[in-house]
Amino acid sequence: MNWRAVRAIYLFEMARAWRTLLQSVVSPVLSTSLYFVVFGAAIGSRISEIDGVSYGTFIVPGLIMLSVLTQSISNASFGIYFPKFSGTIYELLSAPVSFFEAVLGYVGAAASKSIILGLIILATAGLFVPLHILHPFWMITFLVLTAVTFSLFGFIIGVWADNFEKLQVIPLLVVTPLTFLGGSFYSIDMLPPGWQTIALFNPVVYLISGFRWSFYEISDVSLGVSLALTLSFLALCMVTIWLIFRTGYRLKN
Amino acid sequence: MTRRMPPIISVSHLSKTYGSGLKALNDVNLDIERGEIFALLGPNGAGKTTLISIICGIANPSAGTVSVDGHDNIKDYRAARSMIGLVPQELHTDAFESVWATVSYSRGLFGKPANPAYIEKILRDLSLWDRRDSRIMTLSGGMKRRVMIAKALSHEPQILFLDEPTAGVDVELRKGMWDVVRTLRDSGVTIILTTHYIEEAEEMADRIGVINKGEIILVERKAELIQKLGKKRMTLHLVEPIDVVPASLAEYRLELGENRDELIYNYDSKANHTGITGLLAALRDAGIRFHDLDTTQSSLEEIFVSLVRG
Repeated sequence: MNWRAVRAIYLFEMARAWRTLLQSVVSPVLSTSLYFVVFGAAIGSRISEIDGVSYGTFIVPGLIMLSVLTQSISNASFGIYFPKFSGTIYELLSAPVSFFEAVLGYVGAAASKSIILGLIILATAGLFVPLHILHPFWMITFLVLTAVTFSLFGFIIGVWADNFEKLQVIPLLVVTPLTFLGGSFYSIDMLPPGWQTIALFNPVVYLISGFRWSFYEISDVSLGVSLALTLSFLALCMVTIWLIFRTGYRLKN
Repeated sequence: MTRRMPPIISVSHLSKTYGSGLKALNDVNLDIERGEIFALLGPNGAGKTTLISIICGIANPSAGTVSVDGHDNIKDYRAARSMIGLVPQELHTDAFESVWATVSYSRGLFGKPANPAYIEKILRDLSLWDRRDSRIMTLSGGMKRRVMIAKALSHEPQILFLDEPTAGVDVELRKGMWDVVRTLRDSGVTIILTTHYIEEAEEMADRIGVINKGEIILVERKAELIQKLGKKRMTLHLVEPIDVVPASLAEYRLELGENRDELIYNYDSKANHTGITGLLAALRDAGIRFHDLDTTQSSLEEIFVSLVRG
């Protein structure tokens, strides 16, 4: 195991986050604060409690997930896409680094950044609404699992993309709509029955549901189902990445 | 009796066909000896970069094997790649990183422990020490090229690939790079360079390989290549200009110089009969006198062009 390479990639990627602190941290925190102001204070005060939790408090897990999902994909996809774009990928490919080590470095850094961001947003939320976390262990578990899984997914997008448009198209046209329709701002019980069934096909529902359960013990689907689906998506991403490195898809040909 | 050292790189029946159907390499066999400077010459699109990319692990071969110091470069890629440093043709750099950070990153990527003293030595050797904290985007093209060499050397490789190392570099810097390459060779590093500058191969290489249309068409020691394939040219400086070459000298296929005061004779220095004695006698019989003569050897460039044109 080339741990020094993993460390080098990890620190290199983390250094990029510090260089772009405004874009990496300040921007998502500002956006989330605006959500709290608009949905929590302005509109939320007109919405009744959901399962005994005020609306402002209810949306906190969803907003954290929204940022963690999008930032995980963005960090990881850009992390691997940019060396391809600039040509510096030659160095990674010619180094004595296994696919697992490369993924560990890139995805580890992307997930770390997302987790740090998620915790910053959680702290920010505490400034706007009263917070309580009933199951901190599960909260951290879901946060880490989501960050890692979607960083892996972002890594796949970064390898697949051969221009900046493709890099943006899945996050913008697929992930963002799924996240907004995944129960970030509402419980799927609030949807008409037909839409409730459709919503269950949205994988983000399971992530947000499990994460919200760890805060308030309220969920749209059971904890076990949330966990199983998250782990399944994680496994799917890992197999895809293994195939990418095995075949050299979009990297070596 | 001295035992011949096994080659440090052995390429065997290597072929590469890209997804587009382009056959970039066709059954290439090549051995690189330890400690030599090997120049790989070939026109654009000949397959030089593809060959280097496969040896270094950047591209997958369609067929064939590459062994680096006895290590298969796919099955035992860690050992093989650890020995190799690569300076690619294009200036691929992390524009926003500092020189120090990017060179240190390269060392870490190759699994070497941090060694600031060694990095400092490389940067000083390549005249980059004063710019160690500068972002790469602020450097000149020549400096960026040296940063790439520094990155390739950061993990103390035993083999260094230089793909067009002095492309776009001014004459003074090019000569400085040649000095760096020679110093590396003297320290035991095997160097493989591709170049368009025949002068560069002529100046530095121990052996020369010529690749064309994905096939190695020749591998030879530089001196032997020039001797074997090189034509010599003898120029006779005449005492008095002449209007035409006399018919009695036709068999020597002489060329008349621009000012009509030189006769040029091309001959094969390795042939049993160069024809020089007969020519000199024929000139005397024709009453043509000369006050000086000189001979020149074909340059590598002329040999290269004649080989590639087949």
